Amino acid sequence: MGTTTTAAGWRHTGTSAGLRQSLRTLAASVMMATTATAAMAAPSTEEVNTTGLAVTDDTVTVGILHSLTGTMAISETGSVQAEKLAIEQINAQGGVLGRQIKIIQEDGASDWPTFAEKSHKLLERDKVATVFGCWTSASRKAVLPVFEKDNGLLYYPTFYEGLEESHNVFYTGQEATQQILAGLNWAHEELGAKTFYLVGSDYIWPRTSMKIARKHIENVLHGKVVGEEYYPLGSTQFGSLINKIKLKKPDLVFGAVVGGSNVAWFKQLNAAGLTFKKQPMLTISVTEDEVLGIGGENVEGLYSSMKYFQSLDLPGNKEFVAAFKAKYGEDAVIGDVTESAYLGPWLWKRAVEAAGSFDVDKVVAASPGIEWNTSPHGELKVDENHHLWMRTRIGKWKADGQADVVWESDVIEPNPFPEGYQ
Amino acid sequence: MSTQSVVKASWMDKFGGRGKLLQILIIAILILGVLPMVADIFRLNLYGKYLTYAFVAAGLVLCWGYGGILSLGQGIFFGLGGYGMAMFLKLEASSPENTAIQSTPGIPDFMDWNQLTELPWFWEPFHSFPLTILLILTVPAFFAFVIGYAMFKRRVGGVYFAIITQAIASIMTILIIGQQGYTGGINGITDLRTLMGWSIQTDFAQYVLYFACGIALILCLLAGQYILNSRYGQLLIAMRDQEDRVRFSGYDVANIKIFVFVAASVFSAIGGAFFTLQVGFMSPSFVGTVASIEMVIFCAVGGRLSLIGAAYGAFLVNLAKSSLSESFPQLWVVAMGALFIAVVMLFPRGLAGLVSDYAGPVRERLAGLFNRKPPAPKVEAPKPESARPQKRDGVSIGSAQETH
Repeated sequence: MGTTTTAAGWRHTGTSAGLRQSLRTLAASVMMATTATAAMAAPSTEEVNTTGLAVTDDTVTVGILHSLTGTMAISETGSVQAEKLAIEQINAQGGVLGRQIKIIQEDGASDWPTFAEKSHKLLERDKVATVFGCWTSASRKAVLPVFEKDNGLLYYPTFYEGLEESHNVFYTGQEATQQILAGLNWAHEELGAKTFYLVGSDYIWPRTSMKIARKHIENVLHGKVVGEEYYPLGSTQFGSLINKIKLKKPDLVFGAVVGGSNVAWFKQLNAAGLTFKKQPMLTISVTEDEVLGIGGENVEGLYSSMKYFQSLDLPGNKEFVAAFKAKYGEDAVIGDVTESAYLGPWLWKRAVEAAGSFDVDKVVAASPGIEWNTSPHGELKVDENHHLWMRTRIGKWKADGQADVVWESDVIEPNPFPEGYQ
Repeated sequence: MSTQSVVKASWMDKFGGRGKLLQILIIAILILGVLPMVADIFRLNLYGKYLTYAFVAAGLVLCWGYGGILSLGQGIFFGLGGYGMAMFLKLEASSPENTAIQSTPGIPDFMDWNQLTELPWFWEPFHSFPLTILLILTVPAFFAFVIGYAMFKRRVGGVYFAIITQAIASIMTILIIGQQGYTGGINGITDLRTLMGWSIQTDFAQYVLYFACGIALILCLLAGQYILNSRYGQLLIAMRDQEDRVRFSGYDVANIKIFVFVAASVFSAIGGAFFTLQVGFMSPSFVGTVASIEMVIFCAVGGRLSLIGAAYGAFLVNLAKSSLSESFPQLWVVAMGALFIAVVMLFPRGLAGLVSDYAGPVRERLAGLFNRKPPAPKVEAPKPESARPQKRDGVSIGSAQETH
């Protein structure tokens, strides 16, 4: 099966993604070949929309569903900005299948049933062709049955715990193993870490991540977990934990503390004299967005394991950062999830054009195998399991709130159901 | 009213007279007739969700408006009802065939992620539907009884009771989130699809659930009216306005309070169970303090002295919330806040007070046309007394002028 290069940095390959791939990709490639020739003249609406989506002769409507209000608004705003930027850029290039993208934005209000309600509205009332949205796992879990029932399409940007694979969702962030295993291997090899202390906020993502981390530490690295603790979301008292860490002196603290707790956690660590020089720490939950709130001086020397840092020296990233700052101001920061959110509209556009249709089933079928080598974080490929192949990088934070990338992995296959880690 | 019922007891008087029944008939026609005709299934499903809050608001009218017991923890009972239903549906969705990829097939997915290898004992009863229904009604009732017994027997009331219920709601949330292997944690219990093999996601199913919810609400309103017009209802008002006098007359005030608190909790639990069925999941965000206080707002907006008003209140506040957030995704919270302030400042007795002030005279004339005998004289507390409940629970909403 051949590989077709359609535009700078974009490829669509049929050979890569494993055994299950067969006729579906063949069909997709054929479809793509036909649309490549006919792409210039916009195909008729009846042809590209057989399931009654909100597509007209010159527009296509999509939904954006994030929290604009409530506790999650601070995290989700970056995603909204990135999605709007990508859509604006796509429209400037002529849109998708000759149609300009129109946005209907809804507020999930940091409230899971509101997410479900709004996704009902977007899919059943507005008939949007796709939705970019959700941030927390809880909101994704709340909308999942709605998307599956109405056969909608969701691009979900956040790094998350894995253990999910839906026909109707594309996960543009890392699943747990992509973020954790490479990071731990790096700490083992580069920092010589043998004893680990696991710290997280108390909900599904940190718990699942730590479960995977523990199995990897014990079974693969043959190290030792000397402590594992979880604190309620929003908790601000880390004094006793800090004392325990001082007592056990682990080689590495592996952290997944989220949200407002982060500020208290790092400030108290500093106040207790545990600098990251004395006590190395690797986290999977701190991006540029969090550092903005915590203050760069409080995280200087901390390591984060992410696929993206704003400081990445890649052509795709330079363009992205420049465009983002041009639209949202020089002070805007871009974190890992914001970048994942930016990928969503582009991956959707590419899949729609490959399928030559807005029909959800055809877009889904055409997605696996899409490659984008010049994305802001570099090479990526959509897997059969709807997750992305991507690199993991270790960044070391500086006082100015940016990170130096000190290490990067090869491109890692996504594996949302890792065997031996359950 | 008891004196009249001796003279000539009409079955209608047991529910507050012809006027009240007419109002319930109107709301029944609205819920079961008008709304399904004008709304498509998407809106109707939303309306069904709003109606589930009307159960809670009606319960609050009983215990807050008439009993003077301000509970800031109705989310506890809403949650218990909702979780009960969710546990049943989750077990059904977790058949060994559906969960074959798990380490332990046959248990809910979140338990598997949390390394549980067998179903906890307290999940076992939820395999059976009749037992689930029984538990949905009895567990919240029992819990409310325990809280009520512990508080009211010690004569804890007013603000202290409100604070304690709020604390319990908070504890419940922390417990649910912390024990995620047993409860699903902060994600809640999600991915509920069928009820005894019958998909709850189809349009038809949502119609059925909506009507079931509507009918249950009407029955609850009738039950509420019945309670208010029974001897208990009279005692309740007497107790709210002059607790000591009722005590000196030889009544055990605590028992009256416990009764009405339990009744309110059962209403909430029924609402919670219908919520799970119509929304398709349950999560700790409906149990906590914010949700519980919101429920009090529904009741205050509708009018805390009117069961029917509270039902309208719950419905309209949620309707406003949805439509405002659709029209102004970034500003709607401010608009909602302004709306609440306006209602509380301008119409302290809520929508029901507004209606009875302006439409009341018209209504009474109409009722006079239907009634052969003159309208029953109001037996409620005369005006000077009406300031008392405000003083006692420290909330300046509402007064006791309205007929129930």
